[in-house]
Amino acid sequence: MSSRQEMTRETTPPASGRPIIEMVGIRKVYDTGKVQVEALKGVDLRIEKGEFVAIVGPSGSGKSTLMNLVGCLDTPSGGDYFIGGEKVAGLSRDQLADVRNRRVGFVFQAFNLLPQISAFENVEMPLVFGGVPPKVRRAKVAELLERVGLGDRMDHKPTELSGGQMQRVAIARALAMDPDIVLADEPTGNLDTTSGTDIMGVFLDLWKQGSTLVVITHDMALARRASRIVEIRDGRIVSDRPAEQAA
Amino acid sequence: MKVVFHLFLQSATLGRKRAFLTIAAIAWGTVAILLLLSFGEGLKQQLGKNSRAMGENIGVMWMSETTKAWKGMNPGRPIRVRIDDIPLLASRLPELESLIGEAIQWRTNLTAGKKTVAGRVKGVNYPYGEARKQYPVAGGRFLSPLDEAERRRVIFLGNELAEDLFGRDDPVGQTLLVANAPFTVIGVMQKKTQMGAYAGMDKDHSIVPISTWKALFGRPTVNNLVIRVRDGSKMKDAIARTREVIAAKYGFDPSDERALPTWDTVESQKINQNVSTGIQVFLGIIGALTLLIGGVGVANIMYAVVKERTREIGVKMALGAKAGWITGPFVLEGLSYTLVGGAAGMLIATLLVLGMSFIPTDGNKVMEFLGTPKLSLPIGVATASILGVIGLLAGYFPARRAASIDPAATLRYE
Repeated sequence: MSSRQEMTRETTPPASGRPIIEMVGIRKVYDTGKVQVEALKGVDLRIEKGEFVAIVGPSGSGKSTLMNLVGCLDTPSGGDYFIGGEKVAGLSRDQLADVRNRRVGFVFQAFNLLPQISAFENVEMPLVFGGVPPKVRRAKVAELLERVGLGDRMDHKPTELSGGQMQRVAIARALAMDPDIVLADEPTGNLDTTSGTDIMGVFLDLWKQGSTLVVITHDMALARRASRIVEIRDGRIVSDRPAEQAA
Repeated sequence: MKVVFHLFLQSATLGRKRAFLTIAAIAWGTVAILLLLSFGEGLKQQLGKNSRAMGENIGVMWMSETTKAWKGMNPGRPIRVRIDDIPLLASRLPELESLIGEAIQWRTNLTAGKKTVAGRVKGVNYPYGEARKQYPVAGGRFLSPLDEAERRRVIFLGNELAEDLFGRDDPVGQTLLVANAPFTVIGVMQKKTQMGAYAGMDKDHSIVPISTWKALFGRPTVNNLVIRVRDGSKMKDAIARTREVIAAKYGFDPSDERALPTWDTVESQKINQNVSTGIQVFLGIIGALTLLIGGVGVANIMYAVVKERTREIGVKMALGAKAGWITGPFVLEGLSYTLVGGAAGMLIATLLVLGMSFIPTDGNKVMEFLGTPKLSLPIGVATASILGVIGLLAGYFPARRAASIDPAATLRYE
């Protein structure tokens, strides 16, 4: 039954006109036993295809919680969440894993590449999980690594790469399954200024090529490059405005 | 499954030293369980062999006194079966393989040349040799029907008695004085490790035809009867039937069991068998516990690995790994350490057992009793399945821990 569901899901494109991300009245409560912490207090957020959204806010504002929910790493306590028109509430752990695999590409601050396998194998991993046949996989990985400018570093292990190169591998990995959305959490946070600018450039290229990007960041330089800045504070969205395009 | 294998082959293997120690623990446990089980098996076989050394499918019936009144006669009457009645009794008991009279003269002077030994002289019917496993050393023989019919003065010696009397000389054909009457030695018993015994060990006794014995010592009754059946499962019936026939002849209540107390060796061999099976199970449990400790070691290491790889697991989950793809490689890893260790242990144990089988049991009192360890297919199968279960569990529990990792929590912080 589940395979049939998956089939219909894959064959049905997101309903036209529906946003990629659609959150209505999202609440998230962490129950630590004694205290209940309400990290998100009713968030409405719509992100259309092709947008480049920067989510900013001080630490403890609920940014990370929002990112986990958008990335389907966690489920909301209340409200409705649709990703690509697909309702997320009520999905099992494995179904969530499947949604993440097909619809979301993650880029982390700490890169989170698997250290003992090569760049190639790291990028290949989502394709393995997605059940892509080996031949197709190899071609796709090679193409992605070429695209981020690491065609000559495929067999290097992450430890043999610089920070900027590692983040490029991570971006290639995020793109592997052609996700609906690329979700980046402080992607330049661990990089020096030069590499940071460099990675920023990669993101801008992706956006120009039509990817939908959501970046969570402190870095106002990066945020200003986005098409839209959403500011979150104390579990609520306090401002949502188009960024003035500098370039 | 393909994904699980892909991940398993790709996942970091343990540090070499840690893997070695883990595998060694399992190997050690496997050696322990295999050796203990095969010692148990050897002991069981040896005990069985030793307990059968007195004879198989036999019962021993002693002469005693009635304990029940019967047809006007008071209890307490001694019952003594006469040597001359044995053919008659035997003819009434066709279900028996043999009914044998055994008459014993204790501390009789046996003189060979200048050497005199006070020995035990038994008079028996000739089927005693088969029934009580009095196998002669090559060059000799046991009593024959003719010896009995012609009341010949021939004697068969237990191996130690023969050595006491004749030293290293071959006693067969030599003359031995029994209570000053000359007898010809016709055979010496083959050495055997005897567990059950009554009236002393067979290696110390000497045997003459029961007809000769009666004439020599002038006593007309037996000390005990030896009953042999073809089929051990019929022993109980055979004993009851024998008691009935003797009761009819000698006039006592056939239900008076204490008039003829009986040792059913079939029954006691069964008990022996159960005891040694019990010992083997006990040894097996000890071995299994040792192996379990090895398994706990594997599980422990796997827990540590899960903890070390928490972030890696979180990343895989974020990339869309299903729970089974996370747990699968861990189960495989735990299982493979266990199986490699188990295989090594089996090899070592097999070599040890093979080596020990070259130690001769003869002449070594302990080994005569314990036997050498024996490996068998059931032991191998039992060990392999215990290993498999332990391996699966050692992988499964840590893997379950891994699958319960919350990817959001592992990825949030540095």
